[in-house]
Amino acid sequence: MSGKRQFRIWRGDESGGDLQDYMVEVNEGEVVLDVIHRLQATDAPDLACRWNCKAGKCGSCSMEINGKPRLGCMTRMSTFGDDETVTVTPLRTFPVIRDLVTDVSFNYEKARETPAFAPPADVAPGDYRMQQVDVERSQEFRKCIECFLCQTVCHVIRDHEENKQAFSGPRYFIRAAELDMHPLDARTDRKEYAQAEQGLGFCNITKCCTEVCPEHIKITDNGIIPMKERVVDRRYDPLVWLGSKIFRRGETPQTSVTTARQGSASSSGATRAGVHSHAGGSHDKRAEAQAQSGVNWDREVPHPTAPAVDDRGKLPLTELTFDRAAAPSPFGDDVTFPLPPEHLNFAHPEQDNKH
Amino acid sequence: MTTTTRIERHHYDVVVIGAGGAGLRAAIEARLAGKKTAIISKSLFGKAHTVMAEGGAAAAMGNVNSRDNWQVHFRDTMRGGKFLNNFRMAELHAKESPQRIWELETYGALFDRTKDGKISQRNFGGHEYPRLAHVGDRTGLELIRTLQQKIVSLQQEDQREFGSYDARIRVFSETTITELLLDGDRVAGAFGYYRESGEFILFEAPAVVLATGGVGRSYKVTSNSWEYTGDGHALALRAGATLINMEFLQFHPTGMVWPPSVKGILVTESVRGDGGVLKNSDGKRFMFDYVPDVFRKQYAETEEEADRWYTDPDNNRRPPELLPRDEVARAINSEVKAGRGSPAGGVFLDIASRRSADEIRRRLPSMYHQFKELADVDITAEPMEVGPTCHYVMGGVEVDPDSGAAFGHVRGLFAAGEVSGGMHGSNRLGGNSLSDLLVFGKRAGGHAASYADGLTARPKVAVDEVEAAVETALAPLQRDTGENPYTLQQDLQAVMGDLVGIIRREGELADALVRLAELRERVAKVSAAGGRRYNPGWHLALDLRNMLVVSECTAKAALERQESRGGHTREDYPAMEPKWRQVNLVCALDGDTVQLTRKPLPKMRPELIGLFDRAELAKYLTDEELADFDALVADAGEADNR
Repeated sequence: MSGKRQFRIWRGDESGGDLQDYMVEVNEGEVVLDVIHRLQATDAPDLACRWNCKAGKCGSCSMEINGKPRLGCMTRMSTFGDDETVTVTPLRTFPVIRDLVTDVSFNYEKARETPAFAPPADVAPGDYRMQQVDVERSQEFRKCIECFLCQTVCHVIRDHEENKQAFSGPRYFIRAAELDMHPLDARTDRKEYAQAEQGLGFCNITKCCTEVCPEHIKITDNGIIPMKERVVDRRYDPLVWLGSKIFRRGETPQTSVTTARQGSASSSGATRAGVHSHAGGSHDKRAEAQAQSGVNWDREVPHPTAPAVDDRGKLPLTELTFDRAAAPSPFGDDVTFPLPPEHLNFAHPEQDNKH
Repeated sequence: MTTTTRIERHHYDVVVIGAGGAGLRAAIEARLAGKKTAIISKSLFGKAHTVMAEGGAAAAMGNVNSRDNWQVHFRDTMRGGKFLNNFRMAELHAKESPQRIWELETYGALFDRTKDGKISQRNFGGHEYPRLAHVGDRTGLELIRTLQQKIVSLQQEDQREFGSYDARIRVFSETTITELLLDGDRVAGAFGYYRESGEFILFEAPAVVLATGGVGRSYKVTSNSWEYTGDGHALALRAGATLINMEFLQFHPTGMVWPPSVKGILVTESVRGDGGVLKNSDGKRFMFDYVPDVFRKQYAETEEEADRWYTDPDNNRRPPELLPRDEVARAINSEVKAGRGSPAGGVFLDIASRRSADEIRRRLPSMYHQFKELADVDITAEPMEVGPTCHYVMGGVEVDPDSGAAFGHVRGLFAAGEVSGGMHGSNRLGGNSLSDLLVFGKRAGGHAASYADGLTARPKVAVDEVEAAVETALAPLQRDTGENPYTLQQDLQAVMGDLVGIIRREGELADALVRLAELRERVAKVSAAGGRRYNPGWHLALDLRNMLVVSECTAKAALERQESRGGHTREDYPAMEPKWRQVNLVCALDGDTVQLTRKPLPKMRPELIGLFDRAELAKYLTDEELADFDALVADAGEADNR
């Protein structure tokens, strides 16, 4: 299958640029990054492109290939048709520096604003004891290679520069979730921080971030949704509000996830009006207790379903190209409410200590 | 000259060049010592090559086997390095790595756990007990992320105290240092450019820590990233420091050579341990022809016996595919040179026809997924094409073991991690690199800080040196008659890969030196098209001279050392020679030329050499050294009897 293939690559800088056509040799078994390297060695020695490991481990070569955010080193040429033109553009959400290189400093600023791990005061180095099952939840998020594909695909900031100030993005929601689930982190306000300072409320769970994650981290299901569920304050979050409407239809909630014991459920419920719990819709005491103690943690979580794509295989990312008139369900079309309690899979490690 | 006046200037106490494990750990230490610290990263912050380390970090914590301790780790390290290691570095490393690992937990690292909640440790080649702290197969990523986040947490402290994240520790990402500036024999600063804008930047600092990693990009087939161009090695040489052990490069015998998307990526030895066999283009299982006499007794002579070993290792001998790394590499090399190689210049590693698809997927899940995802190669259906791949350089800046201060005639220069030499001797054990970064990163950072404290006056940067550095950096852009840097890099890689590769011969090494001299002329005239903004061609043109000088050191030292030991295999001198164990080859720069000198190895302290059996030492030491050892043992015996 060796031969010349047509590439269109965006060349330019912050003052502007356009797609340029290249006919370039492509050999069997190559990935897009190999082809870009060949272009650098031949027709375009000054073509700017970031890369490091070329093995999908460092997250440097993020680019948009035929409109979809991808890692160049993990996009095989064999996934394109023989006559298909491959269009490569820089990440759209970040300002262009030159060619395929963008200014991703937004991400590093948000990283700096996210409070760091707080070591437990009374545990000496070498005395940390944690169970494997407890560290695994955070470990999933620590697989992150910081390619920032989730950040560039997130529609809250993709075409909304004005949201960047108040919104940290999926990468930093899972950083907050990771610390929240860390068995020995001394801070207890991770979720409140995510809501108050990181703009978690902007997220309406379209799962685009999960979709593009090359490490297959379930950003939405395992990171963002548990953080949203457990935000215990009355701050306005359209999703929490929507959830409370769906689950209780205006009734006072009977339980909250932070309530450990059945006996205290009704007394705490009144003071925590507006807090929703997916466990709340059930009147089955046993299922309720199960959900509360998190016994379903190791339940097989259903795989996130891919959103419908159009006939060109593209995501309908904007309302203009979307295939229906109204907004889609933020939970995905395959989810119906109320969620059965046995489908919940998370309990805070400290929930039994509160009250 | 007007350009000098417009160069962005920064004043720091300690400048750390390199943002991998060693660099970040050094910077943390310097900042904790109260020094204003800069970290220079050639890539974005957190993308360092350290993320590629999979196995783990070796530290004798004894969590899995309580018999493990620093003495056992020290012994394993010395054995692995064939006793050429700097003993003091191996000792410090073995003693201090547990604390360095535990410290990471206080920064937020989450290692895999044992049943009783301690850090889990895994077995690895050359380590007597399970010793590698790990996080699945992404330990390097965990290490980088943890150190990166610790730096952020220090910046947050500074933000609270001084109102600026950058008050005492700042990361300069995508910045390359091209020159160290001296005041007499003292480091005065570092000069470089922002990759992004192409603008120059000058750091005035009395102490510089080199943590730039290795040299693998001088080889065609390598597991290393583009950053590994030997910058730190070359900066040190040009500043008057020395390099040791440059002839020792670690090649992995089975790296992928095809398809290009995974070229250089390692195929773990367990593929062979689980039944994979090596075949040439005739379909012949050729390893049976390459069993050296010394191993004849331990290895199977027929395919039938070898195949029985997998299920009944007690009554059968091992298959020859499991010979030591250098033997396997030599065999692959011979087959390819005899014209029986695969189309891409390797040989075939076949597990598909020997195990069921289910079994392969179960026993080698990450291998299976890696090749499926990156290259659409199904290892359960077709053989892999493999060949030797350049992985790690044992040699590097010659340093004081305790402080990491560079030897030679320069002061204020420190080195840690892969760029430093001595710790691993002639061959590195898996898992020792990550702990090396932490132990010696911390030491170099701390000693750089105290060196800066001890100065009465700050060294001054000379204006003419800066002007010269500007001129050198701009030269490739101003020439339009020279060659394309990519062509030159390919030619350099061809010379190193073909002539200074895994198996070396006197004639080829001499030839390599001639060709490197020719390349030096061409590199001096390299030209880069385009402007200064994020221009990879220009960046490569500037890296080339570093790659070249380091390649010269490797070729010269490889020609000089007439024996085979660890990562240096001479076909014309196949045996390990005790006399050569007493010698380090030291490279220095005299003007433009590499000068090679021999230097005796430091003598191991009695209590350390006493950790070994005489029978083992007899393989490595000369007769005189053994007599000394016997006298030592006799003395100790008498002392006991008294």
